Amino acid sequence: AKPLKASESALSTDEKLTSEDDITSYNNFYEFGLGKGDPKSRSGKFEPTPWTISVDGMVAKPREFGVDDLLAFPLEERIYRMRCVEAWSMVIPWTGFPLSALLDKVEPLGSARYVAFETVVRPDQMPGQSGYFQSIDWPYVEGLRLDEARHPLTILALGLYGKTLPSQNGAPVRLVVPWKYGFKGIKSIVRITLTDKQPPTSWNILAPHEYGFFANVNPAVDHPRWSQASEIRIGESGFFGANRRPTLPFNGYGADVADLYAGMDLEANF
Amino acid sequence: MAGFPAALSPRLRKASIWMLYLLGLLPAAWGFWLGATGRLPGNPVKEFEHLLGLWALRFLIATLAVTPLRDLSGINLLRYRRALGLLAFWYVLMHFTTYMVLDQFLNVAAIVEDITRRPFITIGMAGLLMLVPLALTSNNWSIRKLGSRWGKLHRLVYVAAAAGALHYAMSVKIVGPQQWIYIAIIALLLAWRPLRPYFNARKRRRRPPEKPA
Repeated sequence: AKPLKASESALSTDEKLTSEDDITSYNNFYEFGLGKGDPKSRSGKFEPTPWTISVDGMVAKPREFGVDDLLAFPLEERIYRMRCVEAWSMVIPWTGFPLSALLDKVEPLGSARYVAFETVVRPDQMPGQSGYFQSIDWPYVEGLRLDEARHPLTILALGLYGKTLPSQNGAPVRLVVPWKYGFKGIKSIVRITLTDKQPPTSWNILAPHEYGFFANVNPAVDHPRWSQASEIRIGESGFFGANRRPTLPFNGYGADVADLYAGMDLEANF
Repeated sequence: MAGFPAALSPRLRKASIWMLYLLGLLPAAWGFWLGATGRLPGNPVKEFEHLLGLWALRFLIATLAVTPLRDLSGINLLRYRRALGLLAFWYVLMHFTTYMVLDQFLNVAAIVEDITRRPFITIGMAGLLMLVPLALTSNNWSIRKLGSRWGKLHRLVYVAAAAGALHYAMSVKIVGPQQWIYIAIIALLLAWRPLRPYFNARKRRRRPPEKPA
């Protein structure tokens, strides 16, 4: 991990940070395995450099970005709450830059309505992608509406805790959308495509009744198998007095993002 | 069919059963100690809850394996079956208690909602309830008192084990190799029951009874 310089952001929360150890050892990254510890313990072979992201589709100037191109954007530290769909949460100091800055470079066409994302496929480096049992039809894909993608809170993260991302957290570059469940934050991105149709998303394909396209954090809409009304903050809830805290609509970012969904039925569009 | 454990003296046999209870409770004690001293990483309550659930399944499997093991290999662990079954019950009970107390913090409304509205929890709860009468009648007095009805009652363990495997598979986001392994083992152990009479009849035909010495 290389140190990264970044400026502070008014969009950061001042909540207590989750420890670096918890953030880097309690992960869902099925490319490396289904267990929470797998991404850390089974990502040793993964090579996040060299790396290129191609940005294509409905854009005036399709192009590729290397890691150095990404690091050249003005980096900010963004301390965000991260709410996993599994009802646990963390507070993570990301280093990154707004996705909109990247989109500006490629000049999306007026017809573009959505942004599709794709994770790398490297069975030789990612044990969850090889072998007899395959959990997901690779590559992992995600998507946002263009206005969501352009929202100032939406960032591409290149680091956490002031250093480049560890492999288990989605090196070298991942998406962070803090008002949505964590699985929207697609990791190790190799392709970003602007499109006019709602793109398919991996979890929605796998279990459409459990994971919607929007996946906005919403305490009022339960996951079919558990309540989303409360959450456990990783590292803070001890064994006794497990302080479940109430989950906030849009993960507490409602004042910034609720307008994006004005007039939408959030129970139908979960 | 002589040999272990029939070869043990009655005193040793009794002691070995108590050892089994003691050893069987070690994973729970170990997990609890790790959790209570802050040594379980990430989400300690969930880790402990899952550990208890997995050991409950393992003891259910061990309980169900006693009969096929005797049929197929002649090793008779029947004396240990009650301990294995009771251990499974204790683990299921600890699993549920941990969910109720440490996870949900006795939020009765949330617990009732979970049990009534989430099929995997409903199924798990049904499994637990089925084990209660079995645990209560796992003593010599009940066996004498119930006679042939005891065996019929204890067939409920088949349903409970199937419920346990289903509960486990339905609880995860992706049914992975580990869940499939548990499902397969329990399915095989249950499938053995209807196949048993045919297998044992063939075995008797092939091997004529030994002449008394």
